[in-house]
Amino acid sequence: MPFPGAKRWLLVGIALAILASYFTPQFNRYYLGVVIDVGIAIILATSLNLINGHTGQFSLGHAGFMAVGGYFSAWISLQVGASAPAIWYFPLALIAGGLLAAFVGLLVGVPSLRLRGDYLAIVTLGFGEIIRVVAQNTEAIGAASGLKGIPKFTTLGWTFGFAAVTIYAVTALVNSTYGRGFIAVHDDEIAAESNGVDTTKTKVTAFVTGAFFAGIAGGLYAHHKQFLSPTGFDWLKSIDIVVMVILGGMGRTAGVIAAAILLTLMPEFLRDFSDYRMILYALLIILLMLLRPAGLFAFNFKRRKHS
Amino acid sequence: MDWFLQQTINGLGLGAIYALIALGYTMVYGVLRFINFAHSDVLMLGAFTGFYVAPRIEKIFGHQSVMGMIMVFVLAAVVCACLGMLIERLAYRPLRNRPKLTVLITAIGVSLLIEFTAQHEKVFGAAPQPFPSLLKEHSIRLGNLVISSNDVLMVGVTVFLLAGMWWIVQRTRIGTAMRAVSHNQQAALLMGVPVNLIISFTFGLGSALAAIAGILYAIKAPGIEPLMGVQPGLRAFIAAVLGGIGNLPGAVLGGVLLGLLETFAGGIPELSNYRDAIAFGILILILLVKPAGLLGRATVEKV
Repeated sequence: MPFPGAKRWLLVGIALAILASYFTPQFNRYYLGVVIDVGIAIILATSLNLINGHTGQFSLGHAGFMAVGGYFSAWISLQVGASAPAIWYFPLALIAGGLLAAFVGLLVGVPSLRLRGDYLAIVTLGFGEIIRVVAQNTEAIGAASGLKGIPKFTTLGWTFGFAAVTIYAVTALVNSTYGRGFIAVHDDEIAAESNGVDTTKTKVTAFVTGAFFAGIAGGLYAHHKQFLSPTGFDWLKSIDIVVMVILGGMGRTAGVIAAAILLTLMPEFLRDFSDYRMILYALLIILLMLLRPAGLFAFNFKRRKHS
Repeated sequence: MDWFLQQTINGLGLGAIYALIALGYTMVYGVLRFINFAHSDVLMLGAFTGFYVAPRIEKIFGHQSVMGMIMVFVLAAVVCACLGMLIERLAYRPLRNRPKLTVLITAIGVSLLIEFTAQHEKVFGAAPQPFPSLLKEHSIRLGNLVISSNDVLMVGVTVFLLAGMWWIVQRTRIGTAMRAVSHNQQAALLMGVPVNLIISFTFGLGSALAAIAGILYAIKAPGIEPLMGVQPGLRAFIAAVLGGIGNLPGAVLGGVLLGLLETFAGGIPELSNYRDAIAFGILILILLVKPAGLLGRATVEKV
């Protein structure tokens, strides 16, 4: 178990999410949108943290998996249309999107996870770009002009419900007996291999699980923005997620969640300085790497036990 | 057949540019073992340096003179070499002994910083601007083939620079030191090679090549803008990995292959939209068969 009572916390999280969605109409629409953005960012960052943080691989293609899930679930929603009540097929569409993303993750992961470090980063970057180029040229999903008219199903409840599930799944997986293999691969691949950890299988598992949740996040994003464009899933988006993981400290779930919240809210606060916003963002990345390479929230008293 | 030859000629011109950029990636990888994501932005800065100095040079050397063109190349190369060394000194050197991932992310940060700063309206602005023509363009006819003098210029400048590079790396003291650092940094340091100086020099050399490639690219491109380096940079980067990163002839081979590939795929209408996907697809296939690239040497990891 991640920590005592983890399951209870999961239930509490889901209950809070459902409760919050009942009060949704009372919130300001703008703030509501930002809060849902935060929830989606939490799912993306937590799932990438499994690959880049806990398992120590370097994936630069997370936006690609998000695109797969987003497009597929949006396509399902558009096919089903208003003929079925959203409460039934929306979660199914999300999970279908997640499963397809996981399948693509398997296709990408099996060959590329034999590579290490920089090369893996390049290959995942390449796969992300390939997914984007394919989306840009497929007429059925709107090609370059994007997919419009996606129904607005994403609520606070769904977003944070899935965020709670993601956080639970990732922490439970990493802290299980099987999941120790992830950390072993992260710490020293050769040592893990010689101790009987099937490193390739472990890496692929991390990759596929991460891709699944990225796909779900993509689905939530699609039904939140009601519009998908291939350019929204270029590698800058992947970099955004990577920065969240690094800012939070690789492999620290709580830190990564905090970073996801911070980095999603920051542009909103900087709205008045929108000319300088991205310049500040880039400076932040550099300064962070120079001054706090282990993450913004890495304090000594929180030293990781297994390192 | 004519179509084939024509595309080959166009592809060689483009491939020459990719080769120049790929050399910068590969040299930096050779000495520091990390991918300098900011390289494509140095290329853009080189083109902009050319854009700003060309009108002034023109006043001294006359309109579209050969001497003027050479001066533009030299000035842009010098400015970018200084910039490259500055980037290395400020952003990468403090991270020399940190995990590679940290340096990689910093490089991405530097790249974003340059791009967004350049896009700011008070710097270059995001709108494309026409690049001044440095030399009058001629069309040379050979039977049914049309060869642009610009393509000849590109291939000529590249061959000249490649020969220069070969001479520097293989025949000079500093080149020997570069190879030593790339082979084993610790041992090189113990043998008295000034490692920091050599790394700075490598960055300078790579950035100078990028600047010249940037100007050559700008001559062909419809306009220059702050993100102009991203596409050629990405392709050159693929080229460097394709040929085996860290390997100089490999970078040239990869660049030429990729340039040819791009023009051939671009000549077939059904494929032209998938150019980037094809380039990445081929890269992935080659990495899976030969993980160290076409000319790279596989290294055995020791425990």
